[in-house]
Amino acid sequence: MSVTAPRATPRLGKVGERLLRDDAIPKVKGAFDYSSDLSAPGMLWGATLRSPHAHARILSIDLSRALARPGVHAVLTHADVPGRKTYGLEFSDQPVLAVDRVRYVGEPVAVVAADHPERARLALAAIEVEYEPLDPVVDMERALEQEPLHPDRPTMGHGYLDDPRPNVVRHLVIRHGDPESPGDVVVTGEYEVGIQDQAFLGPESGLAVPDGEGGVDIHVATQWLHVDRDQVAPCLALRPEQVRIHLAGVGGAFGGREDLSMQIHGALLALHTSRPVKMVYDREESFTGHVHRHPARMWCEHRATREGRITCVRMRILLDGGAYASSSTAVASNAASFAIGPYRVDNALLEATAVYTNNPPCGAMRGFGAVQTCFAGEAQIDRLAAELRIDPVELRLLNALEPGDSLPTGQVLTGALPTREVIRRASALPIPAEEALPRDPLRLPGGAGNTTHGEGVRRGVGFALGFKNICYSEGFDDLCTARVVLREDGSAVVHSAAAEVGQGVVGVMLQVARTELGTEDVTLAASATSSVGSAGSASASRMTWMAAGAVRDACRAALEERAKQGGGEVDVERVYRHPRTTPLDPETGQITGERAHVALAVAAMRVVVEVDVELGLTRVVWVGTAQDVGRAVNPLAVEGQIEGGTAQGLGLALMEELVTRDGAILNASFTDYLIPTALDMPPVDIELIEEPEPDAPYGAKGVGEPPTVVSTAAILSALRDATGRPLTRVPVRPDDIVFGPQA
Amino acid sequence: MDVHTPRTLEEALRLKAELPEARFVQGGTDLLVELNFGRSRPEALVNLAELDELRGWSREDGELRLGAGLTYTEAMRPELAELFPALAEASRTVGSPQIRNRGTIGGNLGTASPAGDALPPLLVERARVELASVRGVRTLPLDEFLLGVKRNALEPDELVTSVRLAPSGGAQTFMKVGPRNAMVIAICSLAVVVDPEAGEVRASFGSAATTAQRITVPLAEAGSLPERVADAASPIDDVRATAVYRRHALRVLTGRAVERCLRS
Amino acid sequence: MRISLSVNGERREADLWGGESLLTMLRDTLELPGSKNACEQGECGSCSVLLDGELVCSCLVLAAQAEGHDVVTVEGLADGDELHPVQRAFVEAGAVQCGFCTPGLVVAVTDLLARTPHPSDDEIREALSGNLCRCTGYVKIFDAVHLAAERR
Repeated sequence: MSVTAPRATPRLGKVGERLLRDDAIPKVKGAFDYSSDLSAPGMLWGATLRSPHAHARILSIDLSRALARPGVHAVLTHADVPGRKTYGLEFSDQPVLAVDRVRYVGEPVAVVAADHPERARLALAAIEVEYEPLDPVVDMERALEQEPLHPDRPTMGHGYLDDPRPNVVRHLVIRHGDPESPGDVVVTGEYEVGIQDQAFLGPESGLAVPDGEGGVDIHVATQWLHVDRDQVAPCLALRPEQVRIHLAGVGGAFGGREDLSMQIHGALLALHTSRPVKMVYDREESFTGHVHRHPARMWCEHRATREGRITCVRMRILLDGGAYASSSTAVASNAASFAIGPYRVDNALLEATAVYTNNPPCGAMRGFGAVQTCFAGEAQIDRLAAELRIDPVELRLLNALEPGDSLPTGQVLTGALPTREVIRRASALPIPAEEALPRDPLRLPGGAGNTTHGEGVRRGVGFALGFKNICYSEGFDDLCTARVVLREDGSAVVHSAAAEVGQGVVGVMLQVARTELGTEDVTLAASATSSVGSAGSASASRMTWMAAGAVRDACRAALEERAKQGGGEVDVERVYRHPRTTPLDPETGQITGERAHVALAVAAMRVVVEVDVELGLTRVVWVGTAQDVGRAVNPLAVEGQIEGGTAQGLGLALMEELVTRDGAILNASFTDYLIPTALDMPPVDIELIEEPEPDAPYGAKGVGEPPTVVSTAAILSALRDATGRPLTRVPVRPDDIVFGPQA
Repeated sequence: MDVHTPRTLEEALRLKAELPEARFVQGGTDLLVELNFGRSRPEALVNLAELDELRGWSREDGELRLGAGLTYTEAMRPELAELFPALAEASRTVGSPQIRNRGTIGGNLGTASPAGDALPPLLVERARVELASVRGVRTLPLDEFLLGVKRNALEPDELVTSVRLAPSGGAQTFMKVGPRNAMVIAICSLAVVVDPEAGEVRASFGSAATTAQRITVPLAEAGSLPERVADAASPIDDVRATAVYRRHALRVLTGRAVERCLRS
Repeated sequence: MRISLSVNGERREADLWGGESLLTMLRDTLELPGSKNACEQGECGSCSVLLDGELVCSCLVLAAQAEGHDVVTVEGLADGDELHPVQRAFVEAGAVQCGFCTPGLVVAVTDLLARTPHPSDDEIREALSGNLCRCTGYVKIFDAVHLAAERR
């Protein structure tokens, strides 16, 4: 059997050095085993039958024709789920296989295993399901008055405000100071964000192998091994240790692998057939096989004095969570918590509501709630600047949030937050001079399409600030485990379940171990639930911070242990925890302890665009950004996160949207869900602002999300400058630029 | 599913006559998508990739003959690009380099999508399509060959073997609107040629009607072409753009194209 | 059906079903999973290989069409443990994150530099516009191409 090989190198440097990745070598050779590359002798191929309806009752399922087909080894439904019939990342509201009702297009109804993928596909087609279609709930505003999709209200009773309206996943209100506080100037705006998809390139896939003793090994691309195990085991009616999750190569994640995909299905089929079962989604299935970024509608009012002090912000945020809860409760909290941005504002009323609908389920995606409100909030700041006739950068400096100030939740900032420095450095980056005509159309809006030789092209410059928390929040008992084995020969092996999803945490852990142990001879063992405790999730810009803390502590403990023993091999495991947070008060949205968020990060971005205003086509010419990173553990990797995160924000600004009709995704392919190509991405000038975070190991903040949060807003700011249009919806369509209202 | 790989055109035509349900495959850039996603399972495939008769291009009696197997990459090479610049510009907008290396003019005609990038340039140059079968060879003007959305005049036993046209030698251009700056299916596309010999300006557009169409105006009325094109379009709303936008964009593009051509 | 072809300089035979793509055959039958399966419709370039020296998406080539032809995959570029200069440049420029797009990009850049040893920025961007990367924002990939070109 071929699984992910141990990742090893003796040639990594220490914390703060600019380092190459060891896993890049097998990756450039095509020798790195991704979850879709695995195989095992006697392996069967699994496939999933999915609902064609957004909302329907299942009247009957007839498997007989499918079972009779050649090469078919199993056809399973909810009746074959031996344990709990539902699962969920935070709330167990999602059926492993639909029982009597389907709530979204693409919901799994049955799974098959066959000896060839084509035979599995034909078996799916032979399953007969009789549905009684029901009216789907597809509008996030109307959802609050329509029939409840989850009458048992699975997210209530968890310490959130009890909202009796139908289909509320979470309603959160943050009341800060006097929300009626007036201003000399008031600007209002309504904003909308479409559904963005993580669109990682490696499709959902994995291999489940029965162990012959009733348990199962699941090799899968995931972001959090232990939480997968804890969701899978109860559904299989197994003890946690009977389900071993192994990290297979991950082809990108960006939040989309937090929720389960094939894990339970593959294990069910493997246990049922006593054969290894591989499942690989195709691109179309991938688009329905994971959660998306929440689409949002936002109503904003910003008030300020004549001099430009923001006195009050009121914002109502509606998020469509789709059919199941996933992480909607936390996304809603983030949306409200960071709605104001990194500004000191003494009075606010921030309401966020996440709802259930029959639209595709939404959950975690890079930026997690902060992306949506940053887009709206920064547009408001620009409007305020225009209204006040104050330079938008000056207005941001004037209101910049700094240590010692309070967040709208009442939390006083005790960590590092160099907001003013980030603004100054980004705004000081020189912008490129306008290039003369004629040019190759590749360097004009419309690109290869040859649509303009300069006609209709206007240039715009924009600026925005992004703001987000680092690590999990609101009392989540977050921890990260690492195990260090010091061998007699002086070499060391680090065990961690931290998921390497492309971000480079394997390098971070080696750097930390080398720094602490003073040796180059450190290797990383493969990640598995069976060899080490939980690392938590590769999410929330937390993995570098948490894994660095855990590996540091385990290394130091190992050295102490060896000194105590006077030599010999030592093997220690340590659990690292960040400073504790506490929940928000459900009535006021205020902190109930010292803090609800562990730490915060800020990024500023300056953008130059060119827009063909007659055709509504765009080109991002240049991006300059300054980001608060605490301390860059590996500057090369940090730059990579900033460039890649910027590209995803560019995608949301200009092209990325899953379009739905009656709950069905109309563009579940890379032909119609467009992500930026090499011809869409500008050069990126980066300033790393290193002001160490006092609570973080080595002072390092997470860096993955702030660029995605800020770039959409910054690009929109530049587009507004070029077009004079308000552009209140992303992604911006050519229609909006050509026909949109005037500002 | 059987795959037949004929070595001569004659053999290919005989196979198709015997297996009318079989599908031809050349570059595979359309058909393989259907196969990979289980959207079609033809009983047999006839692989055209080994047929020398379909390859390349030539000049015959002042005419240009483009083999059905001519790839977009080949159409972009200088020698042919000089004779038929609009086709070269259109080819540059097709998919990616990988797709341009495989996709062919013949495939574009066989698929007959209203978004086919090669169709507007071929239409403005008044191309004719050569169709062959065991019954013989016939030639149809391209506008008669295209019947509707993914429908063409091919009989079940016929194959597109080449496209013929007399290059006008006139200034010409191709433009394509897409929602990103590379690798897009056209929201709308346009080819324009100013043909001084015929004393006319011709335009053809894609993705804005059930088939690509040609509009001709006398040179003296070139200024009316943008409105004529916009009027001729019958676009729809879809996931890529609105009908209103498509019509507007065609008007803008045509104005720019005419100016470009007249200036050059 | 059974076909015979050259893969990375070796004569290989494979049993396949008629509708199978070259990509599936390489990955599942010939055990060469380096070419990746990200979209299977020619929109991402992750499956890029050289077919008779030409850059193609192997997902859009009918496997049966490769009969008697010559295929080079990412696995055929390195010389044993010695990385191909393009592979080395990708490692050294920090152009690899999750790496799923990397094999296709490495093959595409190898093809580009074979045709255009010292490409301009525009030539690089156009040549790579069919290879999607979701992690890097392409910036360090462009660096890798320049690095590989300088070393030629």
